[in-house]
Amino acid sequence: MTTNAKKAAGQDMTEVAFLLNGTPVRIAAEAPTRTLLDFLREDQSLCGTKEGCNEGDCGACTVMVTDAAGSRALNACILFLPQLHGKAVRTVEGISGPNGALHPVQTEMITHHGSQCGFCTPGFIVSMATAHLNGQTDHDTSLAGNLCRCTGYAPIIRAATAAEAAPIPDWIKTDAGILSAQISSGGEAAGRGGQTAPPFCPTNSDDFADWYLQHPDATLIAGATDIGLWVTKQLRDLGQIAFLNRIADLQHIERQGGQLHIGAGVTITQLRASIAPLHPSFAELLRRFASEQVRNAATIGGNIANGSPIGDAPPALIALGATLHLRQGDDLRSIPLENFFLDYRKQDRRPGEFVAGISIPESTPALRCYKLSKRFDQDISAVLGCFNITVENGTVTSARIAFGGMAGIPKRASAVEAAVLNQPWSLATIIKALPTFAQDFQPLSDMRASADYRLTAAQNLLIRYFHDRAGTATDVLQVQA
Amino acid sequence: MSIGKPLPHDSALLHVTGAARYLDDLPLPAGALHLAFGLSTCAHGEITTIDLSAVRAAHGVVAVFSAADFPEMPDCSPSTHDEPLLATGIVHYVGQPIFLVVADSHLNARKAARLGQITYTERPALLSVDDALAANSRFEQGPIIWTKGDVARAIAAAPQQIEGSFEVGGQEHFYLEGQIAACLPQEDGMHIYASTQHPTEIQHKVAHALHLPMTAVRVETRRMGGGFGGKESQGNALAIACAVAARATGRACKMRYDRDDDMMITGKRHDLRIRYRAGIDAAGRILGLEFTHLLRCGWAQDLSLPVADRAMLHADNCYHLPDIRIESHRLRTNTQSATAFRGFGGPQGMIGIERVMDHAAFAVGRDPLEVRRANFYRAADPHDASSGPGTGHRVGSTYSPKTTAPQTTPYFMEVEDFIGHELVAELEKTANYQARKAEIAAHNAKNPILKRGIALTPVKFGISFTLTWLNQAGALVHVYQDGSIHLNHGGTEMGQGLNQKVAQVAASVFGVDPAQVQITATDTGKVPNTSATAASSGSDLNGMAAQAACETIKGRMADFLADKFGTPASAVRFEGGMIKAAGETFAFAQVAAWAYQARISLSSTGYYATPKITWDRVQGKGRPFLYFAYGAAVTEVVIDTLTGENRILRADLLHDTGSSLNPALDIGQIEGAYVQGAGWLTTEELVWNAKGQLTTHAPSTYKIPACSDRPRRFNVALWGKPNRENTVGKSKAVGEPPFMLGISAFFALSNAIAACGDGSVYPALDAPATAERILAAVQRQRRV
Repeated sequence: MTTNAKKAAGQDMTEVAFLLNGTPVRIAAEAPTRTLLDFLREDQSLCGTKEGCNEGDCGACTVMVTDAAGSRALNACILFLPQLHGKAVRTVEGISGPNGALHPVQTEMITHHGSQCGFCTPGFIVSMATAHLNGQTDHDTSLAGNLCRCTGYAPIIRAATAAEAAPIPDWIKTDAGILSAQISSGGEAAGRGGQTAPPFCPTNSDDFADWYLQHPDATLIAGATDIGLWVTKQLRDLGQIAFLNRIADLQHIERQGGQLHIGAGVTITQLRASIAPLHPSFAELLRRFASEQVRNAATIGGNIANGSPIGDAPPALIALGATLHLRQGDDLRSIPLENFFLDYRKQDRRPGEFVAGISIPESTPALRCYKLSKRFDQDISAVLGCFNITVENGTVTSARIAFGGMAGIPKRASAVEAAVLNQPWSLATIIKALPTFAQDFQPLSDMRASADYRLTAAQNLLIRYFHDRAGTATDVLQVQA
Repeated sequence: MSIGKPLPHDSALLHVTGAARYLDDLPLPAGALHLAFGLSTCAHGEITTIDLSAVRAAHGVVAVFSAADFPEMPDCSPSTHDEPLLATGIVHYVGQPIFLVVADSHLNARKAARLGQITYTERPALLSVDDALAANSRFEQGPIIWTKGDVARAIAAAPQQIEGSFEVGGQEHFYLEGQIAACLPQEDGMHIYASTQHPTEIQHKVAHALHLPMTAVRVETRRMGGGFGGKESQGNALAIACAVAARATGRACKMRYDRDDDMMITGKRHDLRIRYRAGIDAAGRILGLEFTHLLRCGWAQDLSLPVADRAMLHADNCYHLPDIRIESHRLRTNTQSATAFRGFGGPQGMIGIERVMDHAAFAVGRDPLEVRRANFYRAADPHDASSGPGTGHRVGSTYSPKTTAPQTTPYFMEVEDFIGHELVAELEKTANYQARKAEIAAHNAKNPILKRGIALTPVKFGISFTLTWLNQAGALVHVYQDGSIHLNHGGTEMGQGLNQKVAQVAASVFGVDPAQVQITATDTGKVPNTSATAASSGSDLNGMAAQAACETIKGRMADFLADKFGTPASAVRFEGGMIKAAGETFAFAQVAAWAYQARISLSSTGYYATPKITWDRVQGKGRPFLYFAYGAAVTEVVIDTLTGENRILRADLLHDTGSSLNPALDIGQIEGAYVQGAGWLTTEELVWNAKGQLTTHAPSTYKIPACSDRPRRFNVALWGKPNRENTVGKSKAVGEPPFMLGISAFFALSNAIAACGDGSVYPALDAPATAERILAAVQRQRRV
């Protein structure tokens, strides 16, 4: 036991303090699942931030959140107030400067006619200002989470491009310089009469491990990009909650012995940045993982623990041969990731046990990840195929193939792997292996794709993998008119 | 002159700073209540029991209403009194409101609305076109049929026949601001705030529901966060619900649909099946053609009849079809009541004939552009259009010498203003169509997996409401004694920049800066009996009405100065914010103050009614449109033949907005419409399950184009020649026509698919062309 229960209980959060457009606010954490969006619009009369979908898919509610790790765009509609403790929040009202001075992205949006109905515009402005602050110029990626129905996006991109070279306004830089201690000191906590127990907000994994043993039925929230919808869409009462976003020791990525150890609390954005040089295809998959706002909140641990058959990271991790690290109290165990997923929404996780991290090899040049979805960006996979086949002297010496969207769990294509293993690496081998897909997978039909399409496309992805590795053009994103 | 200037949207500064107020941002009086509907989970059935005790007991609930609470159920229909606010005995689709919760907060209302216990005796649900046809479930007695010429003979006599049938999906509006309304009870009636394209309709329906004269209901709309036709009639229910609840409680009431509710409850673009049979010659000319439109209209009539009419009215697009028969079935199904959506049936009609062109070109082995051109209407007026390569060509089986006599549409309207020949020739050149075609063919020969495709499609879209009486508008203009100008008109602002365009018109009349013109919320108390801001008519109608009002006041000011200085009124000049008379220059404000002191009225209404139009919708004869708006697009795509994944690589658009009132706003409309049109035909797929439940009811599952889906290269130009009709500033309407430029993306995909085969199998793509449908079409090519 590294800590005792009393100490753990001391981390119940009773107050949430953060900086809002430069002004400290303190509120009672009585309603821990109250969203930032509702707080802004209903309690603060900051109505510039809009509700477009209330599920993190349209970006109309985008806000800028700054802490020691930097500034990032987040969806306020699925952001619970306790997640903001000690951070600085900037809404569209705070993107303009004192005395109404405009941010360069605002000026350029006017110049380039980037708004029509204007309802999505505040979200775009905040995303653009955040990208501007961070020097991001891949606008298609940083704005993929902001939907606009009027403009067709072209003028918005023109505006973002035009603003790239403009200096960062002083008032945007200030948030980063303010210590969380200062943030917590101002203002008077105002309660709203919530009914729920105060949320547990541990700052280290030992405390959390102890607490979770005692509260195995609690709902764990890291980024809230999925659980947020339980609240805003399913209107569920989450009961006892722990917010994991302050557990610093779960947020590291370390290289050791040819392995990359990734803490469960690492966000998809952080993971993408870290693996880009090592696993470019995986990084490209993560570029298309939800949207900027979601990647900035969602954690790799959440994406795994959630157990969704269409989570984007697990198939790639399985193909990489990832090892999952689980912790229950002081007990640690490590298992191959594919063994964690038992059945639809059922994982090999004991009461009080949580995902602590995952390890992957540092280098796997053969890995390719192919995501098929109705829309390229910010969509959920219909089929996700990840291939990692080693070929030596023309013969397949190892094969790890995993799919999402093809079964009730992220799943290895064992029969397909067996069919290619020790065979010559040729199109003939692949064609011969195609029928084995039906042994591995009996996919469902749903609104994303039919079972037929899923199976055919999955087979064709193996063919793509062959051509891709042979250097034949297979990626529509690489084609230019 | 401020007309023609590329000024930003009047609210641009408010948009980018978050200061633009939408309805949900308005502060409400203390004690305001919030509403939510409890929805049917059954597609068709009799309500057996309703238990709302848990709803009534829920936290924060103030009142609950169901059919039992209304001696007479308020109606929400814009057409034929068939949409009860709450289901009365029978439910007709999954998502139909059954009860209404009034609570102290939006969240509490939503939570309580989930607690209703309702049982049904299920009836067979008619979900598909085939279900409805089999049950003869339809609006109107039978299909509407328009015939011109001897179609059977023409098809039979043609050298070659083609036929086909294809599905065209619907489309969710996905306005970013969902449906919302609020009602503030007054001592003498109701004040409604609504996010609506049609304040007068809301006024009318609320007055009817509460048995009040229309004078007792005032409806105000400052702006919408997008409309696209989805706020023409679909906001009625919310406003009526708020009014009913406000009367019952005496408190202000607001209703806002959560996004999922919005998508489950409200209507979408009509999906349809189009069957066609055509007789063609060796050049791909259409000698005879039969269309059958099978539209899924949903459970209530709403605007389906005029939508289906407009589909028929655009079954010709740019092509002269001497012998044609169009049969239109308006099928009643147990789904959301399909409604207005940008183009209002026009896109559905147009994609039918473009499909025929594509198929004909395939059948005769010619370039689709050649075939399209061979079928174009004659350029009728040599002054407007003289150099088109198609003039004087053979049409049908008779030789048509070059002449100014216009050809007629399938509904016998003369096409007087056809500019397709020269517009398409210009685009063909600027988009480098021919060279790119060759380059694409070379690429496809080298690439086994990725295939590119290209298509050029034109647009001819009729401008005017087909319900002739709607073609009227009013405006109210005040000049205050300090020279500031208050502008009000019957149109609504949904992002299109209507207010800015009308302000530019007003400013031009007075010779002042548009910033001097105060734009005000649309208000039924200021301009009565307005038409919906729809049918692209906003600036045509309201611009003319405002111009008339401004001219009246200007005339009075000129007369006043003429009197004062003994100079002719015609010599008084309004320009640069100044007024010149008798060799002197006065500030506009100075003259306004003088006129006020001289007891001259500085307020006027203005009115406009579109001339020339007549229409018999049953016969399908007349001149329903004052003029046509034209455009054309070239789209290039790439597809992955292993997965059906695809990208739009480049789009070149050339569009006719006459003499543009504001080229920046017009280009914005064109770019946005193209992307929305391409979305309709590619990623935007509505899926209903076997129980009739819409399973794509949120942006997580319904995919409108995202940022990267816009064309990589996107060239947009305005045609720029004045409208030959006497419209405001000689401009043309722009809201809807460019939506159909997106059709070029669909046929570029068809072209890429055709590149996978040996030319023996027509791709026969259904819409939307999702990756799945594209892969299936590729497999049909390769099975040969």
